[in-house]
Amino acid sequence: MKNNFKYTAFIVLLLLVTYFVFVFLISSKTINNYYQGILMLIMINVMLAVSLNLVTGFLGQLTLGHAGFMAIGAYVSALFTKVSELPDILSFVIALILAGIAAAAAGIIIGIPALRLKGDYIAILTLSAGEIIRGLIIYFDEYTGGSRGMKMIPAYSNFSNVFWIMIITIFVIYSIIHSRHGRAVIAIREDEIAAESVGINIVNYKLFAFCISAFFAGVAGALFAHYNTLLDPNNFDYNYSIEMLIMVVFGGMGSLTGSIVAALGLTALPQILSDFSNYRMLLYSILLIIIMLFKPSGLFGTHEFSIMAIGGLFKGKKSKTKKRGDL
Amino acid sequence: MPLLKTENLGITFGGLKALSDVHVEINEHELVGLIGPNGAGKTTFFNLITGVYTPTEGKIIFDGKLMNGKKNYQFNNIGIARTFQNIRLFKGLTVIENVKTAFHSSMKYSPFSGILKLPSYWKEEKLIHEKAIELLRVFSLENLINENASNLPYGQQRKLEIARALATNPKLLLLDEPAAGMNPSETSELMETIDIIRKRFNITILLIEHDMNLVMGICEKIFVLDYGMIIAKGVPEKIKSNPKVIAAYLGE
Ligand SMILES: Nc1ncnc2c1ncn2[C@@H]1O[C@H](COP(=O)(O)OP(=O)(O)O)[C@@H](O)[C@H]1O
Ligand SMILES: [Mg+2]
Repeated sequence: MKNNFKYTAFIVLLLLVTYFVFVFLISSKTINNYYQGILMLIMINVMLAVSLNLVTGFLGQLTLGHAGFMAIGAYVSALFTKVSELPDILSFVIALILAGIAAAAAGIIIGIPALRLKGDYIAILTLSAGEIIRGLIIYFDEYTGGSRGMKMIPAYSNFSNVFWIMIITIFVIYSIIHSRHGRAVIAIREDEIAAESVGINIVNYKLFAFCISAFFAGVAGALFAHYNTLLDPNNFDYNYSIEMLIMVVFGGMGSLTGSIVAALGLTALPQILSDFSNYRMLLYSILLIIIMLFKPSGLFGTHEFSIMAIGGLFKGKKSKTKKRGDL
Repeated sequence: MPLLKTENLGITFGGLKALSDVHVEINEHELVGLIGPNGAGKTTFFNLITGVYTPTEGKIIFDGKLMNGKKNYQFNNIGIARTFQNIRLFKGLTVIENVKTAFHSSMKYSPFSGILKLPSYWKEEKLIHEKAIELLRVFSLENLINENASNLPYGQQRKLEIARALATNPKLLLLDEPAAGMNPSETSELMETIDIIRKRFNITILLIEHDMNLVMGICEKIFVLDYGMIIAKGVPEKIKSNPKVIAAYLGE
């Protein structure tokens, strides 16, 4: 624990450097609009993968409706900013919070029936819930534009705000996992009966995880809406939920750094090999099969990639990863 | 007033009476043995008095409170902790995380403090880290804190499970065949540890044991279950010579 301060300072420094490097590259047009677009999508996908990992990797419930929560956030925020007459920044901040709250509420509503189910049934329930959300968006076309889409959403998202909100998302979920609340969530994944036997209210903590996870999917949706400026309900179909799940599985269920790396790689790769983007799902499937064959626990398993450990490498230590929890 | 009292307690599984008409009383600071042949209903009794199963008849009174209708985790919060016959550790977690997880209810900080890492977070986390190590030291596990629980040998897994149960700060500790799978020297060492923790943590212990002779040494009081009924209760000397008990064990 004694290195904690140094470690935190180092991480903050690294983030600031990364941030300013990208700001410089963008303002000097070294990163053009096209690549900036990919960058935005990467950051949004990182948020989605990390938040999904809370439920799938840490709580241990296989869910397939994350795109639905994202859609709720996207539409709620866009509906708000389109009519809001507040100053832009204030309007955007309120929209982000509303997006998160609306999605979190949906997370709880879907979480309640999910409590009674196990395994595959939760996957089916959440998959249908995601599709129902999409159906409702199409049905209420008066407000949402239905399948014609919603247009003219103010372009409030930019590299800076998406970057820092992504960092906040990662930080919050990381902190939760390393708190007593996170331990309760992880205990449920490990053994529900044992978790209850040590006094953990598993109903509360399942809903807690569903709620936090959906909250950040909603915020990611809001960022997406105000970056894309138009929304099509088909952006949020179950294929997208599956993509997010693949990112989580790929990076390792229960590894946040794994989710970050996987979201980055799996978003960037098909975009950069643009000829390939039509075969994205095919590429994903092949990669997933390879992962399942050679490393079923994902790239990182439940381990976290640690910068300190890289430092350790230079000092001749063996371990490249750090076990969750031993700070 | 007894710490735990059951009245007419029973449960039926689809027509099969697994347990019926169980009246027992356990007083504070007692070390009580629950014995009986395989399938007699001992584990089922534990499952009833920890809220895993809901009784189909009778009452459970703990510390003067009627426990019927309470949830599993509430039984623990009120002061009953247990181990399982088929060890149920958090296998993917380290030894110390297993214990820290069990301190959950004794910690107070909110999710908000946890996220922002406010002083209450640091203070409580530091405290339970120390408490966890202290507890693991009782079971000589302090050098294995970062070991994965599933990597421990069987005997140490059993000890870790007891440590985890103790971390919830129970008044009554239930141990389901804690010596199962241990060799005789490990077993006698464990029985000593059990006696030590009772005194040190000032708790009441109810212990299931398949082997009658084992519990005779340390328990002050023994309940004998056979076919879901209590066939004898009392001090070890009386139990030993009770013809019903002898018959139950011979008939096995
Ligand atoms: N959940 C259950 N469903 C059906 N039968 C059960 C259940 N739990 C226990 N039983 C039955 O209750 C009886 C007592 O089992 P148990 O309490 O495990 O015995 P033991 O004394 O060996 O611990 C057995 O016949 C067992 O099959
Ligand atoms: Mg049993």
